[in-house]
Amino acid sequence: MRGRFGLLKREPLLAFGLALLLLLGLLAVLAPLIVDTSLAAIGAAPPRRPPSAAHWLGSDTQGRDVLASLLTATPRTLEIGLLAGLIGLAIGGALGLIAGWFRGPADAIIRTVCDVMMTIPAIAVLVLVGTSVRSMTVGLMALVVALLSWMVPARAIRAQVLSLRERSWIDVARLNGMSGPHIILAELLPNLAPYLAASFVIAVSTAMLATIGLEALGLGPQNELTLGMMIFWAQYSGAILRGMWWWWVPPVVALALIFIALLAISLGMDRLVNARLRSDA
Amino acid sequence: MVGYLLRRIGMAVLVMFVALSVNFAIPRLMPGDPVEQQLAAVSAAGGQTGDMAEAAAAMRARLGLDRPLAVQYLAFLANSIRFDLGVSVASYPQPVAEIVLAGLPWTIGLLGTATLLSFVVGSLLGAMLAWPRAPKLLKFLALPVVVLSAVPYFILGIVLMALLGILWPVLPVAGGYPFGMVPNADFATALGIAKHGVLPGLSIVLASLGTWAVAMRGMVVGVLGEDYIMLAEAKGLSERRIFLAYGVRNALLPQFTQLALKLGLLVSGAILVEVIFAYPGIGYRLYVAIGQKDVFVVQGIVMLLSLSIALAMLLLDLIYPLIDPRVAARSA
Repeated sequence: MRGRFGLLKREPLLAFGLALLLLLGLLAVLAPLIVDTSLAAIGAAPPRRPPSAAHWLGSDTQGRDVLASLLTATPRTLEIGLLAGLIGLAIGGALGLIAGWFRGPADAIIRTVCDVMMTIPAIAVLVLVGTSVRSMTVGLMALVVALLSWMVPARAIRAQVLSLRERSWIDVARLNGMSGPHIILAELLPNLAPYLAASFVIAVSTAMLATIGLEALGLGPQNELTLGMMIFWAQYSGAILRGMWWWWVPPVVALALIFIALLAISLGMDRLVNARLRSDA
Repeated sequence: MVGYLLRRIGMAVLVMFVALSVNFAIPRLMPGDPVEQQLAAVSAAGGQTGDMAEAAAAMRARLGLDRPLAVQYLAFLANSIRFDLGVSVASYPQPVAEIVLAGLPWTIGLLGTATLLSFVVGSLLGAMLAWPRAPKLLKFLALPVVVLSAVPYFILGIVLMALLGILWPVLPVAGGYPFGMVPNADFATALGIAKHGVLPGLSIVLASLGTWAVAMRGMVVGVLGEDYIMLAEAKGLSERRIFLAYGVRNALLPQFTQLALKLGLLVSGAILVEVIFAYPGIGYRLYVAIGQKDVFVVQGIVMLLSLSIALAMLLLDLIYPLIDPRVAARSA
């Protein structure tokens, strides 16, 4: 039995991604120690100032301290992504299990719904919802995004269940008189763990991409600070054209780091799962 | 073959039907009455006097909202098929279809060129990476390309805009053609349009190169391990021939499937790039319509997006048997 850290040492990409994400999360948790987070409120700082000793990353046109905004927005964005990814994984995992285990009509229906939903661009549905509600909230956004990001997990899990259910140890469990749900819980799920983890990363990544897109279009939660909303306000006020680099560079860098971390995790996880497949064969 | 075609066409029709139904359902499922909201906005601006109930009823009748839901739904489907999307609220009475169609060539031009370019260059790069005799330099090139593929298109767009538009201003950063120019069918116009397309196009290409390269590399590595490659080597074919005609050619097929699957993501990404660069395509028009609360234009663009993606996927599906004869043979 290898230790958990042995696993990380074998997959440096995975370790790098997890560490980077952890660091970003930690920075956000420690935010109150670094900067007064109440400075992220509108009008808390003199507007449109370049970085100075008092405001390390300057301030935007609405008088928010950019550093405080950044440290408030980063955990919020991560939270939305993780929450939506989790819901998406739960829905997708459950549907994938049902489709792969029962096959037949249930599989046909779930597969068709999956294919149809994958074709309709998530951003289209999001925009419709966004323009139809009076005010967007973080919770609603996470929920809608989650409802649009379960298809990749559902497909991956279904494929795995289809292959796993033919293995001999599942037959043994069945001959031992184990009930269907019991087999799923005790025999299938533990073996699905790496695939669930890989699907989770993809779901988080998809969800985050969708929320940020929605926010950049101006349909995000207007009263809450997320990285996407920071970019929207910067873009809306022409920060780039006005040369207010201290306003748009921090959220852009933070988002880029988050997505690079997710990619590293996903690539590392992929290699891990494939290595497992190779040693299984 | 006929079975394959029928299945694909059936799927496309189903997707379009669902997309239209979603378009119909979501605004009606959401809390809040659009008529009351509109009237409230009008009366708040001091434009409304008289009986509000009567005005609300008149507006509902005008928009057809007083009819039973089933009738509304059928009328909606019929109108959508005729591409009758109503009129814009912000630039009344311009038909929505006109606004949407005016943006279409820009988006198709930008997205089509950029996608094709990144598909070809990315696949080529990926194939080279899998080639054992590829120059070392390529391996170093791969890392930044893969890293860039993780970053959302429009984030890269912002960075490119700042670098090549502001810091070192060599390229225009906004619009689809030079400001104040009257578009003519001449060389100057074409050059202006091309120049304005470089930065948004580059954002899309750079951000999607890596995806194609990574997928292609995996495919080529897999194909190079096949028995027929060994046979080709045993026959004494040149290494270049084996690599190109036996390896790359067979690895390229799944890339087309990927292209069909990624279409939705590509378009969503391109929408935001258009917003950043104020490029006059569908995405930027959507952004403007959202800002103006021009509900019908938003709905029209959303509908067009889902329909065109379904159509493009169908097109790829129909081309696929021509590239891969196995599909046609298997279902014959």
